[in-house]
Amino acid sequence: MPSLPYYVSPEQLMKDRADYARKGIARGRSIVAVECAPGIVIIAENPSATLRKISELYDRIAYAAVGKYNEFEGLRQAGIRLADMRGWSYGREDVSARSLANAYAQALGTAFTDQMKPYEVEVLVAQIGDTPESDEMYRVLYDGSLQDEEGVLAMGGHAETLMMALEQGYQPGLGLEDAVRLGSQALSSASQDDAALTADKLEVAVLDRARPRRTFRRLSDVDVAGIVQGAG
Amino acid sequence: MTGGGFPPEWTRAAFSADANPSFSDLLRRADPAAFQVADQGAVAAAARADLPHGTTVLAMRFDGGIVMAGDRRATAGNLIADRRMEKVFPADDHSAVAIAGAAGPAIDMVKLLQVEVEHYEKIEGESLSLEGKANKLAQMIKMNFPMAMQGLVVVPIFGGYDVRRGEGRLFRYDAVGGRYEETDFCSTGSGSLHATASLKKRYRKDMGRDEAVRVALEALMDAADEDTATGGPDLERGIFPNMAVVVADGYTPAGEAELRTVAEELLAQRRNA
Repeated sequence: MPSLPYYVSPEQLMKDRADYARKGIARGRSIVAVECAPGIVIIAENPSATLRKISELYDRIAYAAVGKYNEFEGLRQAGIRLADMRGWSYGREDVSARSLANAYAQALGTAFTDQMKPYEVEVLVAQIGDTPESDEMYRVLYDGSLQDEEGVLAMGGHAETLMMALEQGYQPGLGLEDAVRLGSQALSSASQDDAALTADKLEVAVLDRARPRRTFRRLSDVDVAGIVQGAG
Repeated sequence: MTGGGFPPEWTRAAFSADANPSFSDLLRRADPAAFQVADQGAVAAAARADLPHGTTVLAMRFDGGIVMAGDRRATAGNLIADRRMEKVFPADDHSAVAIAGAAGPAIDMVKLLQVEVEHYEKIEGESLSLEGKANKLAQMIKMNFPMAMQGLVVVPIFGGYDVRRGEGRLFRYDAVGGRYEETDFCSTGSGSLHATASLKKRYRKDMGRDEAVRVALEALMDAADEDTATGGPDLERGIFPNMAVVVADGYTPAGEAELRTVAEELLAQRRNA
């Protein structure tokens, strides 16, 4: 008797892939981003001091990702290559977060439909403008969906809980220290660890409007500890 | 690049040739034609004479860092092609590069070095060592070899503050990419003979920053005195040499106000001599 060929409906196939990707992402630690007066603050729960989740892409553009390290590290490097190639062949001001976010959306979307295994990552591409109103944040999901976010953003395992905590404390025009405190408190409240997150468990970076040209800078553990403890 | 995405090999952060932190290698793979132009056809001698050439640059070590300086004149044959050309550039926060020779390829080379250093830093998460930057520049001069053979020679000086060693270091190059570390000072370009002679008399290893700036400016004025292709300070137009100081805190250009004051003092000394 001939055996029946396997049939899986496209709906089921996509649902299985989405579940797979979501589970992978939910296992990892989270990232939050807060727009504030001096720029955009990005905070990751990250116990490693050398394996980064947040990175500089270009003069005014930063990258952050949650999920599987080898996957988001490959995407990060591809973003740097694309940004530097664009800036080289046109001009430095022609490199934009929107086009980088589109490239990520293409890469993730293509892998989601064409490959055996989707990416288990979510990516943030953030860019500061001359004023807080012109700041941009794009979030790219595992299936290539692209969202334009404003104010605050959370990605990773507890994104919904984090968003609630962030939205409660957020108002436009926060200072840098308030933004760092808001983000780190939100992460602490949703963390897998019981104790509040200390500076050495946090990776903090800011796109700083006050800096000339390359605006990305990391805050050291000492800086972060000072700010978090300053909350009293 | 099509469809706004990445070439798939760009996401491979592994051991393939595509996953290396060099921007010039990336550029060569993406756009091989850009690197072949130099090999095709000779630049006629007449055309070469019409291309701007940068003239005198110099650099010296002092206690705690380096100073690098260049005059502002570019010449095309007997003509002054540019009175305000910049010849001293930051390569990154802790290093500087000065150029002499064919201006077009030289400025391209500086631009490529700047992106190369930044690209490496972003991909790897830490800066290239000063030695690594100096080697990278040597490779770029080597790539320019076919053009150098046609007379479009680029001879830069590179230097900076070596954060790992805690001292300033200097490198000079020849037209084929030979790299030589200098312990005290060096100069390149048409007026370099006179600049070097001047530095030889004034240089002391224990100079501070301010004295180094003065000695560098005086050497450029001496070169401008003897070499028609080198421009001295132009007080009427307000054009002064480019000068950069690199110390542990990083790269800072010397301000116009400071250069004007020092230039006026030196000129006054000469009038009274």
